[in-house]
Amino acid sequence: MTALFRRVDETGRRPVRLVVDGHEIGALEGDTVLTALLTNGPRLRQNEFDGKPRAGFCLMGACQDCWVWTEGGEEIRACSTEVRDGMRIMTREVPWLNR
Amino acid sequence: MAEPVIVVGAGPAGTRAAQRLLQAGLRPVVIDENERQGGQIYRRQPENFIRPAEKLYGTEAARARALHADFESLRPHIDYRPGTTVWGVADEGLLSVRGSAITVQPFSAIIIASGATDRIMPLPGWTTPGVYSLGASQIALKAQACAIGGTPVFMGTGPLLYLVAWQYLRAGVTPAAVLDTSSLATRLRGLRGMMSRARVVVNGVRYMADLMRAGVKLHAGITPQRIEGREDGVTGVLWQDSRGRLRRTACDAVGTGYGLRAETQLADLLKCDFMFDRRFTQWRPQVDLDGRTSRQDVYLAGDGVLLRGADAAEAAGRLAACALLQDRTLPVATDEIEGLRGVIATMDRFAGGLAGAFPWPAHLAAALPDETVVCRCENVTAGDIRHAATALDSPEINRAKALMRPGMGRCQGRMCGLAAAEILAAARGVPVEQVGRIRTAAPLKPLPLDCRITP
Repeated sequence: MTALFRRVDETGRRPVRLVVDGHEIGALEGDTVLTALLTNGPRLRQNEFDGKPRAGFCLMGACQDCWVWTEGGEEIRACSTEVRDGMRIMTREVPWLNR
Repeated sequence: MAEPVIVVGAGPAGTRAAQRLLQAGLRPVVIDENERQGGQIYRRQPENFIRPAEKLYGTEAARARALHADFESLRPHIDYRPGTTVWGVADEGLLSVRGSAITVQPFSAIIIASGATDRIMPLPGWTTPGVYSLGASQIALKAQACAIGGTPVFMGTGPLLYLVAWQYLRAGVTPAAVLDTSSLATRLRGLRGMMSRARVVVNGVRYMADLMRAGVKLHAGITPQRIEGREDGVTGVLWQDSRGRLRRTACDAVGTGYGLRAETQLADLLKCDFMFDRRFTQWRPQVDLDGRTSRQDVYLAGDGVLLRGADAAEAAGRLAACALLQDRTLPVATDEIEGLRGVIATMDRFAGGLAGAFPWPAHLAAALPDETVVCRCENVTAGDIRHAATALDSPEINRAKALMRPGMGRCQGRMCGLAAAEILAAARGVPVEQVGRIRTAAPLKPLPLDCRITP
């Protein structure tokens, strides 16, 4: 899967690892969750009404189109949440919510 | 008065307001949604980033550095609450949330400096991954050192279109094209007002010249048609040139915006009186010259009420604080007030020129195909809004919202509200101000399920 975002600078930061939908990805300290996901792939989440992929829109906390989940079920706004090493993210609703 | 003054927002306006209050001996509570002070235009990069201010803020580097440094010197003396979102108002005070912790903050007065978002015109295909607001395109670069793609198209209207395209070029990403709905003739009509700030116009012309020299095509007077793409991203933009010919530009991302939209929702929750501002073609709270609203304990400053840019916001923040001090019969020199009003008057002429040069293309909303998604939260379409207008006979946007849900989603109409009103007005054949504005409801932003009130 191609990445949506490309880094143009500030690539000398300390690497961190995240687990997204069960797969490990690499990111950099200081990345937002949105940046971490979109430098690794083309999507962030899926829209609740048509199931189609979304990748955020405003990046300033206004549009609310970048909410993802932690494996614990906590919702986080990807554009305004900084990554932490070892973070475990789900881009779809955690399965127990769908049952 | 025992309760503090709250300043909402720590961008240019909020920072200067807090600074002026502190000078008068008041210790404000400053609540800001961002983790770091600066607002959007002077947004700071994370602490472990090393690019110099010149690289981030260009010609405005000195202003950005001064705003950040001045705030750092305020910090020990104010009650600063970063990463905290104001979401409601109760009898007991202002409601905010950080993580899952809700705070109820009593206040004696509030200065709102909530800034603005991009003004968005929906387009078929705009929910495809890789389509971002112009502001987002800039934030990606400034705060995360990332480009939204390798060959982005920037489409819409306004000065930000050229600034962002130029910033991408400088970062090593050559835009595929810059597509502006405003024609050259329209831009010339706004030039007179804009010449009140010749330096800014010269910068803008320089950005355009640099882009053209790099081979980036700048098209004026275009009509957007559609964004093409697949599930994994954008593949191109379909548009009509000024002569009506259909054209396609291949690209892997789109940054779009049509000027700005004042973030007025908190003033609405506080029940400030609103008016329709013909110049900016949007509703906004009513204010006097210095930022007083219809409520004696609420003041407004910056782009959250009048879209005059960051320099005006700094002056307006300080002026709103002066107004508050005057209203408490604390000493404020007349010279200070007059000086700030003078600064703002210049910015105001410039803003008027800009609004004329890069007008909101309301007619595009009326022409959107029925199947176009307008509300990206809940996928309400242009056809749904027209159905509310005609078959369901909704004369007003809140009625249409109740029936078909435009503006009902998580963003509360921040992205779709202005376009939805235009679609409704066009379908009813009335001026847009007659369909009203989407009423704000708490919570302004989503709250976590496990949130709790902390003392």
